[in-house]
Amino acid sequence: MRGLLPFLASRLLRAAIALWLVSTVVFVVMRLSGDPVPLLLPPDAPRSEIFRVRAELGLDRPLPVQYAVFLGHVLQGDFGRSIHFRQPALRVVLGYLPATLQLGLTAFVLAALVALPIGVISAVRRNSFVDQAAMGLALVGQSAPTFFIGILLILVVSLNLGLLPTSGRESWRHLVLPALTLGAFAMASIARLTRSAVLEVLRADYVRTARAKGVSEALVIAKHTLKNAAVPIVTITGLQFGTLLGGAVVTETVFAWPGMGRLAIQSIYNRDYPIVQCTVFLSALLFIVINFCIDLIYGLLDPRVRAS
Amino acid sequence: MDSSIPASARADTSAAGAPAARASRARRTRWMALGGGVFVLVLVVVALAAPLIAPYDPIRQSLRGRLAAPTLAGADGKAHLLGTDHLGRDVLSRAIYGARVSLLVGLAAVVVGGIVGASLGLLAGFRGGWTDSIVMTLADAQLAFPFILLAIGIIAVLGPSFPTLIVVIGLSGWVTYARVLRSQVLVLRSREFVDAIHALGGSVARVIARHILPNVLSSLVVIATLELARAIVLEATLSFLGLGVQPPTPSWGGMVHEGREYLDSAWWISTAPGIVLMLTSIIVSRTGDWLRDLLDPTLRGE
Repeated sequence: MRGLLPFLASRLLRAAIALWLVSTVVFVVMRLSGDPVPLLLPPDAPRSEIFRVRAELGLDRPLPVQYAVFLGHVLQGDFGRSIHFRQPALRVVLGYLPATLQLGLTAFVLAALVALPIGVISAVRRNSFVDQAAMGLALVGQSAPTFFIGILLILVVSLNLGLLPTSGRESWRHLVLPALTLGAFAMASIARLTRSAVLEVLRADYVRTARAKGVSEALVIAKHTLKNAAVPIVTITGLQFGTLLGGAVVTETVFAWPGMGRLAIQSIYNRDYPIVQCTVFLSALLFIVINFCIDLIYGLLDPRVRAS
Repeated sequence: MDSSIPASARADTSAAGAPAARASRARRTRWMALGGGVFVLVLVVVALAAPLIAPYDPIRQSLRGRLAAPTLAGADGKAHLLGTDHLGRDVLSRAIYGARVSLLVGLAAVVVGGIVGASLGLLAGFRGGWTDSIVMTLADAQLAFPFILLAIGIIAVLGPSFPTLIVVIGLSGWVTYARVLRSQVLVLRSREFVDAIHALGGSVARVIARHILPNVLSSLVVIATLELARAIVLEATLSFLGLGVQPPTPSWGGMVHEGREYLDSAWWISTAPGIVLMLTSIIVSRTGDWLRDLLDPTLRGE
């Protein structure tokens, strides 16, 4: 366990700095956007009323003070009141969180279940037809824009074949296409990285020794290869989960999935900035917490990473 | 003995071992990279010559010719090879003009990201100490966060415009440049000739121009190509979300968005620009991979 604590401390520090940076950017951008008060009041509000609201929101104080107050509020989870929903922003956003988590988890599990076996088969049967087809598809999955994958799935699966609904969140059938779309990039990445991780191990001396001893090929793969390739694969797969959350904004918009990402986009159109702020910050927090947990697991599994 | 080694393993060793096989693969990679370069060049020509190539005005509407399927003789008596959209605008012409937006934003963003990243990387490398720590912490923090969320937040508040789009997309990609330049500076700083140049009164600018940039040029080309693909997709994604290029200016992402409601009846409005975008993204990023294999295999881990 030596070295684990300093490793965790440095990761925790990095996470804290990232969150502080995100909140600072949010603050700077909000201030650049100009005076929010006219948005909150009817257009014919008297000047005295404008000054009263400005003072109420603390906008008449010097910028450093405003910044300190803002950071204090963020620490308490206070992102102001939603203009559109007339409720605290955090409460509104938390209401949309389960849908996003459901979609994200499904996409992630789907991606891992499909990609892991494909990656292993591609490595074991290197340069076979299956390998080349799978890796070709993976390249497309990695570079095709998420939103267009969604549009193509809607066009082919929903509209032409009539198999699944195009949008909404009523049953598991509504979940399939969004999960596939959101998971496509992760699926492609996991398949490619699993393949190279397994190939790496297949080249190792102990695998050659096992073969030389006459161990059957199935046992070589199952016992000697997969067990040793597992650590990098678990890490890579875990890291994909965090990245996946960024794609939720696009996928939720394409499929009208009532989650946090779609809420963020709609709030932009409504000019409901407290909600936008809160979704950006909450997603950042979620992403950073997930990455931190993966670092933790990685640090426990593989002592070598603690050194770096 | 030999038969116990699976075919895949044998193919593997022969590919890595035989110089002839390796040479033929390198030759193929070279041709692929060249093909990718030609594709980008064609795209640039199409974008520049859009007014000459496009059969129609990309924003002229025609109520009579709305939602026409790809045809040689539409309701308005004209050919629309990729059909028309919900306002009767020619999809092919719009896709051709869309290349302008994609390339303008993509290339400009690559330049912005490259200049910011390279400067910060050089600064971190030469200054060291606190400056270095701050720059590298910033880089780590940015990588620890899905940038598209922040981009959406920034554009939401500042309002979508070409400069905002270019700066936001550009800044999303500075980290790789900074890392490569910083490590090159660190490598060179440990060499004696850099001290010698200083002692002889040579300036830092001279060291950068004569000794650092030539060494990292191939890495920069590779990174810029991969960044171009990323920037084009990010622009299209933002435009699709309504946060990028605003109508009526045609952009590929915006066109896919406009066709979204007509997928049922007029599939070509979304599909045509979407396929062009997908091909561009795949070919440009593959070209980056090929260039990397040719010029700078050490970047593989990035």
